[in-house]
Amino acid sequence: MNIVACVKQVPDTEALIKVKPDGTGIDEGGIKWVMNPYDEYGVEEALKLKEAQGGEVTIVSAGPARAMESIRTALAMGAEKGIHICDAALDNADEYTTAAALAAAIKEINADIIFCGQRAIDDDSGQVGSILAELLGIPVVTIVTKFDAEDGKIKVVKPIEGAQFVIESTLPCVVTAQKGLNEPRYASLPGIMKAKKKPVDVKDAAALGISIEPKARVAKMTPPPERAPGKIIAGDDPAAKAAELVKLLREEAKVI
Amino acid sequence: MAKGVWIVAEQRDGALRKVSFEIASAARKLADELGDEVCAVIVGSGVEGLAPELAKYGVDKVYVADDAVFADYTTDAYSAAVAKVVKENDPAILLLGSSVQGKDLSASLAGKLATGLASDCVEVSIADGKLLAIRPMYAGKCFGEIVIDTTPQMAALRPNVFAMAENAKAGEVVKFDAGVAAGDLKTKVVETQKDTSGKVDLTEANVIVSGGRGMKGPEGYGILEELAELLGAAVGASRAAVDAGWRPQSDQVGQTGKVVSPNLYIACGISGAIQHLAGMSSSKYIVAVNKDGEAPIFAKADYGIVDDLFKVVPEITAEAKKIL
Repeated sequence: MNIVACVKQVPDTEALIKVKPDGTGIDEGGIKWVMNPYDEYGVEEALKLKEAQGGEVTIVSAGPARAMESIRTALAMGAEKGIHICDAALDNADEYTTAAALAAAIKEINADIIFCGQRAIDDDSGQVGSILAELLGIPVVTIVTKFDAEDGKIKVVKPIEGAQFVIESTLPCVVTAQKGLNEPRYASLPGIMKAKKKPVDVKDAAALGISIEPKARVAKMTPPPERAPGKIIAGDDPAAKAAELVKLLREEAKVI
Repeated sequence: MAKGVWIVAEQRDGALRKVSFEIASAARKLADELGDEVCAVIVGSGVEGLAPELAKYGVDKVYVADDAVFADYTTDAYSAAVAKVVKENDPAILLLGSSVQGKDLSASLAGKLATGLASDCVEVSIADGKLLAIRPMYAGKCFGEIVIDTTPQMAALRPNVFAMAENAKAGEVVKFDAGVAAGDLKTKVVETQKDTSGKVDLTEANVIVSGGRGMKGPEGYGILEELAELLGAAVGASRAAVDAGWRPQSDQVGQTGKVVSPNLYIACGISGAIQHLAGMSSSKYIVAVNKDGEAPIFAKADYGIVDDLFKVVPEITAEAKKIL
């Protein structure tokens, strides 16, 4: 099978996010960059599928030069090769433009299946996998926690509010991975050594033949609204403090 | 020229979901500012009778695609139906809920309509005649103001955030042929496994009682379940508790779990790691119960109790029982 896993490099979940004073973006100083955790589930599922049914896993990432680290991490986990879409014009690209860039690169591969994370933990949009599927003209199943492939189709589990769907789809298709799908493996030391020699194609927008026409833009970024300082309910008696809390929730906050 | 504020109403098993009324109310406000109509799209099977419920929340016109092929939600069937009616009518703005279904549908529609989409918005307004959507990014560590330069300008609105406002309109029903045949579809729902526990879903809960590492083990959650049941609340968990295997992954609140905005969030034995705070800081009221008075969670809390949660929580339950 010809398998693709898309990855994005994002700030680690522990990162403090500081907005630049002019609101044009975040201050990237001191940030530790990692592979988007949801993409890791996608890479792991791609590797498992390859190991079970044969084939090859290609990692595709759109991002600045540093995104190569995440591609190498995925290669160290066991993927065969990578495509790095690297073009300054794509920095801060919107979801549609990113999906268009990925679609252009993936079209050349003739993928049977494409894994993406269900969302990236930086801009939290959860759009790219779905738009990618539309641009490739193939179906998509999002937020998947269980995956099986056989006889040219896939069967997946997708949790929704208060239920879960078991969904079948034809191939090729896009699957977006949710936590719970698997436990991503760590890259082994030999894996890391081998990854250094695996081929990664670096392409810019011109090489992919795409025009960059953003549809949505972040006009301004702001820090989150400050919460007013809270009240610590003092005292030694847990029962008295609990009674005070319930009174405040009932009479002041009016939420119970 | 693109005109009108449209919504996609979400229904399941023939009943509209609450988020549909929230987005209808938000759409009405935007439309009044623009001097435009609000139109809703309902796709489903046996859904024609739902239009009057939407009209109550300010919808002028309801476009209905009622067909057995839409009995189950599938991305390809629903997105094809909505895309068709939207393309034919060219609205300026298109709003959906940012529920599981709405997130999925809105993203595929953004692809089909080749337009911009602001996901999971907590505020929408009109600025210079255009939609201005505000959304948390980095799970709420910062916020972005999104402007869309294509039409329809799409936004998916976070459930539980936008107030429902009754404002009765005609709700004229317009049936449309979505042109979707079962044979064209590439995905199908082969089974629906309903959660029969009667538990409230975290993203839809008005109140969440959440536990972290301080619960000491899975058995510790008994006292939280008890309080939650009394308050009609959902039970959440921190990543530490989920990673320890104490609670299912679906209960996780935080940057790699669910981002929630209940009216009341009661954090018990949760220190407040940044990735957890990111997922719950937009709650209207936050209560923290933790032994460690220095825990970062107290900086976000409206009310805090520094004490042993195993002593405090049962007392909260006992007190609440007296008044509820």
